[in-house]
Amino acid sequence: MKLWKSLLAATAIAAVSVASPAQADDKRIALVVKALGIGFFEAAAKGAEEAAKELGDVEIIYTGPTDTTAEGQIEVINALIAQKVDAIAISANDQDALVPALKKAMDRGITVISWDSGVAPEGRQLHLNPSSNPLIGNMIIKLAADHLPDGGDVAVLSASATATNQNTWIEEMNKVKGNYPGINVVATVYGDDLADKSYREAQGLMQTYPDLKAIIAPTSVGIVAAAQAVSDAEKAGHINVTGLGLPSEMAGHIESGASKSFAIWNPIDLGYSATMLAYNLATDKAEAAPGADIPMGRMGTLTLNDSNEGAMADPFVYDSSNIDDFKDIF
Amino acid sequence: MSTTAAETGPTGRQLPDRLKSPLQRFLGSWELLLLVVAAGVFVLNSFASPYFLDPWNLSDATFNFTEKAMIAFAMALLIISGEIDLSVASIIALTSTAMGFAVQLGADTPMLILVGLGVGLACGAFNGLLVTGFGLPSIVVTIGTMSLFRGISYIVLGDKAYTGYPSDFAFFGQGYVWWVISFEFVLFAFLALLFAVILHQTNFGRAVYVIGNNPVGALFSGIRVARVKFALFLLTGLMSGVAAICLTSRLGATRPSIAFGWELEVVTMVVLGGVSILGGSGSIPGVVIAAFVMGMVTFGFGLLNVPGIVMSIFIGLLLIGVIALPRIVRQVLAKRKV
Repeated sequence: MKLWKSLLAATAIAAVSVASPAQADDKRIALVVKALGIGFFEAAAKGAEEAAKELGDVEIIYTGPTDTTAEGQIEVINALIAQKVDAIAISANDQDALVPALKKAMDRGITVISWDSGVAPEGRQLHLNPSSNPLIGNMIIKLAADHLPDGGDVAVLSASATATNQNTWIEEMNKVKGNYPGINVVATVYGDDLADKSYREAQGLMQTYPDLKAIIAPTSVGIVAAAQAVSDAEKAGHINVTGLGLPSEMAGHIESGASKSFAIWNPIDLGYSATMLAYNLATDKAEAAPGADIPMGRMGTLTLNDSNEGAMADPFVYDSSNIDDFKDIF
Repeated sequence: MSTTAAETGPTGRQLPDRLKSPLQRFLGSWELLLLVVAAGVFVLNSFASPYFLDPWNLSDATFNFTEKAMIAFAMALLIISGEIDLSVASIIALTSTAMGFAVQLGADTPMLILVGLGVGLACGAFNGLLVTGFGLPSIVVTIGTMSLFRGISYIVLGDKAYTGYPSDFAFFGQGYVWWVISFEFVLFAFLALLFAVILHQTNFGRAVYVIGNNPVGALFSGIRVARVKFALFLLTGLMSGVAAICLTSRLGATRPSIAFGWELEVVTMVVLGGVSILGGSGSIPGVVIAAFVMGMVTFGFGLLNVPGIVMSIFIGLLLIGVIALPRIVRQVLAKRKV
């Protein structure tokens, strides 16, 4: 019995010391992700810690379920409500199923924002999009133009002809292409987000347009396939493949020169901005309302639209100077 | 509870002069051990987090286990009878999808309840028919229907979701009966009582034990084994339907990934509750306490922001520990006697 008692006491003491919060008056901001153990979100947590350090009086609780399920996130949210955290910033597994739980959090005075993957408007105060369609449309043609000072022919390799995202981005790109004189968009082809079809479409582009200088692929499948096709045709350095891709998949092609640069949102900036926004709302330094401008530290300000959504920034550009820092993250 | 050969020890079976009194039996029981564990978890949690002992927080915490426990009651009976149903989580997915579909057709709340219970029953009947009608092993059948039922949900919904449930439908998963006592908790308590009566006080319950201990003997004693097993599959399907109604109402939305992985948590709850995975023994009070233990452990760890994977590891260790401990103790005691 004595052994039992001392064991129990030891465990209890250990548990209490684990639980003791850093500072009683610290703002506690919970960064809730789709599931733990995903590189993208670990990077976002890094950004959140950076914001916390900058703000000083913030404690970050980085948490999430083991599987990407709404039920798992609800259990996490319930535990956070119980701890009376000051703010919850969530990347949602389900935009509808989390609404009742998040509403309850807001009823009990907790600031709730969503980032990356949003929650329906009634379940959050604002949503932080990593970027916006006009910014992405502009970025993909700018990436091509940056490496073509004398202009030249470029082609677009998209996902499917019915893909809403890609179509919107290409439309936005066409709106601003006048700003890049000398850049001549000669064709748009569709690889249907299939590696082999995208590869063949890229080969076709190279054959049809011998003067082709760049391929813009605003899809993570297409950009890898196109870069592979360019490498295999030994045209790396002559044709630049760019667009939207993942650092882990593109690292090899940056190294070989088939792609000089590409873009995608930066998860570190995203976690940083989400934390800044949550802090500013929780401390009443800003209020979420249509048209409001909310500061987010080094990332500038977030301007909210009618449904309280805002875009963080231009997609972040990855090239040979920074790819090694990100290729292991996502 | 169980009286297997291992318990009699190496000295051979000795007939007792008199049976143990109910108190003595309770003192040596699995349920008491679980109660001690539950009390320990409760005390540790209250020490570990200042937020644990708050009526609203405890009330929120009950949602971590009520729906799973409802299925666990029926699953306990099924496992005692020597069968298992691994498709329960997929039945939830299919039932919830059917209810979402019904909403699109304009169904009201009573209609949704009927759809929920009906689809649950139908899934249970399908499992039961395959097992009892064709004599297939339940573990194989229900691994198959686990993919089948959820697969249908994926085909119907893809990456979309059904929403727009009527506002009064929210009561089942979000409503409170009195102060912090939720509707789900009341339903959980009622079902616990109901299943305890079914298993421990009725002929049907006795038949379940007999079948689990000796199906051939049961058959020769005039028990309609296939019929009882079929009824148990129906019951498990029905309870999955009830859980699906509660969960769908709580989430207010249906996605095909709903309740993913719950079948293992339900089986864990049942086994932790002292039900022999080989069939033949176990009790409903044990499962009830196990539900509380698992719910409190998950919630307590959640309050400390322990990552989910550590929780899974702990539940696993708890399961092995609670099952191994009595055997180790028995072996040590047996050695001392020699």
